Amino acid sequence: MSANGGMRTPLGKVRGLGPAKSGSKHFWWQRVTGVANLCLVVFMLFVIIGLVGADHATVKQTLSAPLVAVLLLLLILSGVYHMRLGMQVIIEDYISGEGLKIIALVLNTFFAIFVGSVCLFAVLKLSLGA
Amino acid sequence: MAQAKPTAQRPLSPHLQIYRPLVNMVMSIIHRLTGVALYVGTLLLAWWLTAAAVGPQAFDAVNGFFASWLGRLILFGYTWALVHHMLGGMRHFLWDTGRGLDLETVDRLSWATIIGSVTLTLIIWIAGYMARGAI
Repeated sequence: MSANGGMRTPLGKVRGLGPAKSGSKHFWWQRVTGVANLCLVVFMLFVIIGLVGADHATVKQTLSAPLVAVLLLLLILSGVYHMRLGMQVIIEDYISGEGLKIIALVLNTFFAIFVGSVCLFAVLKLSLGA
Repeated sequence: MAQAKPTAQRPLSPHLQIYRPLVNMVMSIIHRLTGVALYVGTLLLAWWLTAAAVGPQAFDAVNGFFASWLGRLILFGYTWALVHHMLGGMRHFLWDTGRGLDLETVDRLSWATIIGSVTLTLIIWIAGYMARGAI
């Protein structure tokens, strides 16, 4: 018996994962990436402060250090996923036309993946490139 | 609630322009706005990283822009948006545990968010200038 009455069983309610068909996944990953971003941003703030006014050679050397490079890659991945989830909520809140909403959601995904790929490529080129 | 077309102009429930702004409401709006700013601002990070990957000349050009007064203003705003969104996020983590949801605590947390974000932003920038040896 479900607590809030009705004819549906608890199993029936979770089948299909609700109207968005994703259950609590969106909420959960917003939090997981949020925690990751918090730690990684604090780390990167220290790195960036150390690079204020630095020349290209110094920046390249710092950003290609294994620890910095790996944490920066993680921040990029976690960051763009987090911002894609956040923008999705905003789009769903304010755009009510179904067609426009779907276009906006797809563009949101494209933007996140594009910016993420550019950043990842740049960090990898800095670290591994000639 | 699919696409129900309104057949008559019905009164709307009270919305943003009607309410007197309250600190928790303003912080909630700012959390969303800073999120959008950070979203667009990732282009700055992509630009900076790409320039660094391309070479010294491109890097100096981008750094030259960031060192200008407009560049610094944008970066200062970006720093504040980042810190504010982070503190707002930490507030959400606390609320996720079911704590701090009474009105008094919500108001206190809201003030802490804005005061904390401005203070931390200033500290970060002072640290940046000190690292450069400008202070």
